[in-house]
Amino acid sequence: MKSRITLNEQSSDNHWLIENVRWIDPKAGTDRVGRLHIVDGAIGGMDTLDGDLPKNINCYDGTGLIGGPGWIDLATELGEPGREEDETLETGLKSALAGGFTSVVSSANTLPAIDTPASVQFIQQKAARTALAKVHVLGCVSKGRGGEELAEIGSLVEAGVVALSDAPSPIDSNALLKRALEYCSMFDKVILDHPEVTSLSYRGVMHEDMTQLILGLAPMPAESEDLATSRDIRLVEATGGRLHLLGISTAGSVELCRRAKSREEPLTVGISIANLHCIDEQLRSFDSNCKINPPMRSQIHVDACREGLADGTIDIISTGHRPCSLEKKMQELDAAPFGMVGLETAVGQIVTHVIQPGLLNWIGVFQKMSSRPASLLKIPGGSLAKGQPADLVLINPIERWTVDAPRMMTKAYNTPLHGTDLSGRAIATFVNGFLKFQST
Amino acid sequence: MDFTAEISSGVAPSWRHRHLLGVEDLTGEEITLVLDLAEALQKATDAGRTKLSLLKGRTIANLFFENSTRTRNSFSLAAKRLGADTVEFSSSGSSVSKGETFIDTAKTIEAMGVDAVVVRHATPGTPHLLSRHLEGSIVNAGDGPHEHPTQGLLDLCTIRQQRGSLKGLTVALVGDIAHSRTARSNIWGLLKLGAKPIVCGPATLVSKRWEQLGVEVAHSLDAILPRCDVLNLLRIQFERQSTRPFPSVHEYALLYAMTNERMLRSKQDILIMAPGPINRGVELTPEVADGPHSVILKQVTNGIAIRMAVLWLLLGQKENGL
Repeated sequence: MKSRITLNEQSSDNHWLIENVRWIDPKAGTDRVGRLHIVDGAIGGMDTLDGDLPKNINCYDGTGLIGGPGWIDLATELGEPGREEDETLETGLKSALAGGFTSVVSSANTLPAIDTPASVQFIQQKAARTALAKVHVLGCVSKGRGGEELAEIGSLVEAGVVALSDAPSPIDSNALLKRALEYCSMFDKVILDHPEVTSLSYRGVMHEDMTQLILGLAPMPAESEDLATSRDIRLVEATGGRLHLLGISTAGSVELCRRAKSREEPLTVGISIANLHCIDEQLRSFDSNCKINPPMRSQIHVDACREGLADGTIDIISTGHRPCSLEKKMQELDAAPFGMVGLETAVGQIVTHVIQPGLLNWIGVFQKMSSRPASLLKIPGGSLAKGQPADLVLINPIERWTVDAPRMMTKAYNTPLHGTDLSGRAIATFVNGFLKFQST
Repeated sequence: MDFTAEISSGVAPSWRHRHLLGVEDLTGEEITLVLDLAEALQKATDAGRTKLSLLKGRTIANLFFENSTRTRNSFSLAAKRLGADTVEFSSSGSSVSKGETFIDTAKTIEAMGVDAVVVRHATPGTPHLLSRHLEGSIVNAGDGPHEHPTQGLLDLCTIRQQRGSLKGLTVALVGDIAHSRTARSNIWGLLKLGAKPIVCGPATLVSKRWEQLGVEVAHSLDAILPRCDVLNLLRIQFERQSTRPFPSVHEYALLYAMTNERMLRSKQDILIMAPGPINRGVELTPEVADGPHSVILKQVTNGIAIRMAVLWLLLGQKENGL
């Protein structure tokens, strides 16, 4: 195949003219074929006349590709510090780039947890040294994610955290969440909560329904999530604090959020891609890679979530990227940790399960993957406006490929999607105008 | 025709499984095949051929990660009566606490040259996991609350032995259905052989969802008692319950224990079964356990025959080039 790239020896590495791409700008709501140029790592503009382009510029022929602002993933687990057997910043960020993500928001559930300015700086500095995708840091809501007393949120904000979260643990204590919402409002920071009442899902392995009844695995009932969602909404209402539900997965949650949003509560709602298409019956394989949290629910819940995505109840899609080393996942189901990796399969999952069935158009997808996460966290990105950092993804929307888990960039490659066919793949990822990833 | 040839010619061709992971995976014909073979093997051993040589030279490992005496001994005896050697492995505590993954433990045992692994584990799906990692045959001897296929088969065997057929019989499984692997294996078997299963117990342990499989759900033993041909009284699995599903053992016994008084309100030919170990005074009173309707010890005897049949079906076939 002819190379898409024509390098100009005189050009800086972050000067590009990307042509013949169907560009999606979720913020402007535009979807049109054209060319976009990058100067000094920033977006220079769309369809600029030849005469107005810099003289020396690299060219990328994006015929057949869809392009837009780079995707942003929330609460991504990157392993460092303390869980390097699962992922490192380097492997995690390479995985992000290969998946079309130009920014990831690192989860605070490291060892130790991100509850001090020093730990925030550790991630910021180490991530910067990798010079791969951008990392924004989440800080803990509670000290050590213990769920008891508030972490030093003011200091964490000062150190640069973009939001606060104890995820993947829920904030079980009602009093703590109320206090955290009040306290965070001083800094205008959002809390990302994983909705789950753990006393109802104690030791649970999978969604409670017929499949669970037959398999005899410990149940995680839908009402465990519904109650937490309901509580979170009520506390948002009471405090006026900002809260993002990190991953909902039940019909009950969707309906509660739909109603809350009709009252214009300051609430945003997220979902993990897996909960848009994976169902509890997959646990019949007893594959520990299907043990995720929120769990794969039954079809009725998946359908409700898909409806919630289509009607705008759900604002943000995240990958739920949670790498777990092979030796951890090789354990029996009770002992195996929750989680699946998701960065590198995200485009394929979205095209196959969201675009192709007509759930969202491409503008909708780029909103959920890019502009909404950016506006939630008030970070740059999510737009093709002139002057924005040139964080871009180019996607081949029709490439069929088979997931080959061990060949992925992520260090642990725990995914129930191994061996499945997906349509759509990230072809090139630019960060600050530098071509950081291209598909081979 | 000698015994080996006799049973080989009759049953082997229709058996297609390498592992026995659950009764759910078997067809009604396959279940009947196991029961027939068990009866034949029992006759053979009763006739003085207590030790057969059907599996001579084969080694079977008992890999028990959960306490068990009866099932383990039953499998051991079954293997020995077929002429196989056995190796015993048991471990309290999880594989994690031992610092070795469960699969590594199993692989180690297999590397000692075993042809089949009989496995019991507290987690559903563990035998399935092993079946993907080991070369030999896997027999599920109980995986958490999921399945205990040989127990299910021996229960079916016992009922058939007493009644000739299961078709149309009303069989109540009473007790802790939620945590019972025996219940699940029985339900599949009873449905496939045309019996009418009822699950009966406190609403906290008996889900309405069972109705979706065509199983009757009841919470009052007294209400269903006059209709039952068989009662299978399941043990309360105190160790698997995270929160107590009923107020007290006393109250449980009041509502669900099979007593002499309840026997009087039962069908005259009712069969009383229990997979054991039994909690006397909780699921049933000693008078009932030891009474004329009880087939609890016959279940134990049949257990060996069923396990012989299963081991032979899984391992004997290779010798026949199948």
